[in-house]
Amino acid sequence: MSTLRVCALYPDLMNIYADRGNLLMLRCRCQWRGLGFRLSASGLGEPLDGDAHDLFYIGGGQDRDQRLCAEDLLMRKRDGLHAAAARGALVLGICGGYQLLGRSYQLGPGEELPGVGLLDVATVRIDGERPAPRLIGNVAIEVDFGERVLAGFENHGGRTRLGPEQQALGRVLKGYGNDGHSGLEGARSGGVIGTYLHGPLLPKNAWFADWLIATALGRDVAELAPLDDELEGEAHRGALRVAGV
Amino acid sequence: MIGPLAPKLTLARAVGAISRRRGGGGTSAPGKALLTLAPDAIATLGERLARGSVVISATNGKTTTAAMAAAILSGDGTRLVHNRAGANMAGGIASTLLDAARPRGEIAGELGLFEVDELWLGRLVEQLRPRAIVLGNLFRDQLDRYGELDTIAERWAQTTSSGAGAAARLVLNADDPVLADIGRTRTRPSEPARTGIGAAGAADGRPAEPGDSRPAKPGHVGRDVIYFGVQDDSLALSGLAHAADAKHCRNCGAPYVFDAIYLGHLGRYHCAACGQARPEPSVSAREVRLEGVRAARFTLCTPQGEAEVRLALPGLYNVYNALAAAALACALEVPLARIVAGLQGTQAAFGRAETLTLEEPVRRELRILLVKNPAGANEVLRTLALEPGEHDVLGVLNDEIADGRDVSWIWDADFELLAGRVRRATCSGTRAAELAMRLKYAGVPSERIRVEPELASALDAAAADRVSSTVFAAPARAGAETSAPAATAASSRAPSPADAPPPLYALPTYTAMLALRDLLAARRGGAHRSALP
Repeated sequence: MSTLRVCALYPDLMNIYADRGNLLMLRCRCQWRGLGFRLSASGLGEPLDGDAHDLFYIGGGQDRDQRLCAEDLLMRKRDGLHAAAARGALVLGICGGYQLLGRSYQLGPGEELPGVGLLDVATVRIDGERPAPRLIGNVAIEVDFGERVLAGFENHGGRTRLGPEQQALGRVLKGYGNDGHSGLEGARSGGVIGTYLHGPLLPKNAWFADWLIATALGRDVAELAPLDDELEGEAHRGALRVAGV
Repeated sequence: MIGPLAPKLTLARAVGAISRRRGGGGTSAPGKALLTLAPDAIATLGERLARGSVVISATNGKTTTAAMAAAILSGDGTRLVHNRAGANMAGGIASTLLDAARPRGEIAGELGLFEVDELWLGRLVEQLRPRAIVLGNLFRDQLDRYGELDTIAERWAQTTSSGAGAAARLVLNADDPVLADIGRTRTRPSEPARTGIGAAGAADGRPAEPGDSRPAKPGHVGRDVIYFGVQDDSLALSGLAHAADAKHCRNCGAPYVFDAIYLGHLGRYHCAACGQARPEPSVSAREVRLEGVRAARFTLCTPQGEAEVRLALPGLYNVYNALAAAALACALEVPLARIVAGLQGTQAAFGRAETLTLEEPVRRELRILLVKNPAGANEVLRTLALEPGEHDVLGVLNDEIADGRDVSWIWDADFELLAGRVRRATCSGTRAAELAMRLKYAGVPSERIRVEPELASALDAAAADRVSSTVFAAPARAGAETSAPAATAASSRAPSPADAPPPLYALPTYTAMLALRDLLAARRGGAHRSALP
């Protein structure tokens, strides 16, 4: 029996938007299919074994929490994450986690948090001299894999710019995305994915949960046993509807 | 103010009346009109309250705490000016004052009692110049509207350390580390200013001022702060709630050590690194006994002495609300006997553990338990889980502005507490399907979950459940193994005509609660509509 091994980074700090909904989706959908599921955590001051997990998850946090995590991520976990990504493990960063997967996060004049650089993105919290207004609302994006459309909710002060070679996760159908005007949302380099579709992204997109499970286990989604997804389908369509798609 | 106020009051009333007749604006409309005509109206009218005013803010429990405070403070005949409908931003408070204003300029009341929205606290404190400010708790709530919790905490700290706020007595929840910090770091005009939280003393690893956490004299500390809290380790939870919001010391960043956790991140805590600790509360609850969804008892300890209290409201969260109201009353020097009488006489506020009666298809109680954020929902779920047997539940999840457009929070709430305890769950509202999914992933078997977005149909279906069917067969399905749907003695018994049907529990979000009450009122033949604050 294969087992999905998930490592949640800083689950007690980077969880501001109900990030546990994502982990719960992965666990249930593995278990309902008879697949194993093992969840580990790596918190402040703890090492990270890049070989021991198939999927690394880092959720959203307040600026205060991100400050605590950024240095630890760089000092203790950067090498393990890069090694994991290089061998094809998945790394999913959501909201604040997405920002920390990039090169840098500038919180204000003179305060810049370094990121781990798995994605070539840079985030700024300011618009000129002042904090930028938060970008808040329902959002839907089109991606180039799986069932193509992700629905969610975004709530972020940061504005994220992609480096010249960096691929976005998707194209904004409704909502703001990375910066509110580029029409791009998130970033993706192979198995490393960052997005502003925050918190319980997977409950609104069960197909994406299955895509992550299959890809992390080195399989095709079609190989996964089908589940009764009537409620999941309704929730997905409901989230798209409120986003205006 | 430019020009006399009286004509502006008259005009604002007229504008408000027209706006209401057109179906818009609700409770706040006249107040908003007044503030357009006279931006200082809140300050001007507030000054006319002979005994000043007090304000209450919190993410959870404002309305109930204010209702309890009103019952206590009006016990000796004090006439209150109180925004009891819960309209708690500037417009709502201006409306309340406008209602109380009389033609000759006097005001029909002696003491103002205002619950205030978290984000409006600073502006309203400057206007009202209150005698006391109660801060009950700070949980994650409607982050789409409020942004980050730390932002609110910083604002509150500023409000209580400067201007009118610095002159007020502070009534704080000692069990909430963020609020205790606000008391600890408060600066007042008579004291030397300090820069930032814990600015002094951190270098040698000692608390900034070791004496702060232990006021020399209970009930009165140098910064004029009264703390309240729970003192009962039999209530302690096994761990921090998933959605706990204050897990790290705000002084030095090290994780707090929680010696006891009572509710969310409320509890008895200390920081092993810098020594920061929960202040000793001068108003506390001991020997708390929770009696399901109906009541709670505790021993209220105050500087005046101790007394037994029986609340007609359930759950530990209402014990906290009662402590906040009692501590405020102590600050205003109300005798203990009147505090107890007021607390015991308080009935459920609008939609908070309110019980109504359904007439169709059979006579059956409907208990409405408002849910609006993870901390509040967890307490409702915990309270519901105290009731024996399996329950019929009507969950209504809306995503209107007043509910929060973002429904992510349901994944932070511990619906797992209902696994194995649901006989039938009907999910309704604008985001019914996501709520249904939440229950499914919490371990409620999908066969027991029904989705009916339209509220009237959902209510009918849910109300009929206990009548139209007996015990649900719940075949174990793959993945539902966590739900353990063992039928209890109560629900496996065939219903006999003598059995009154057990209550239907409604768990609505804010706008859903209003809609549910309107629906029930309309069915009773009344044309009553809930006023939207």
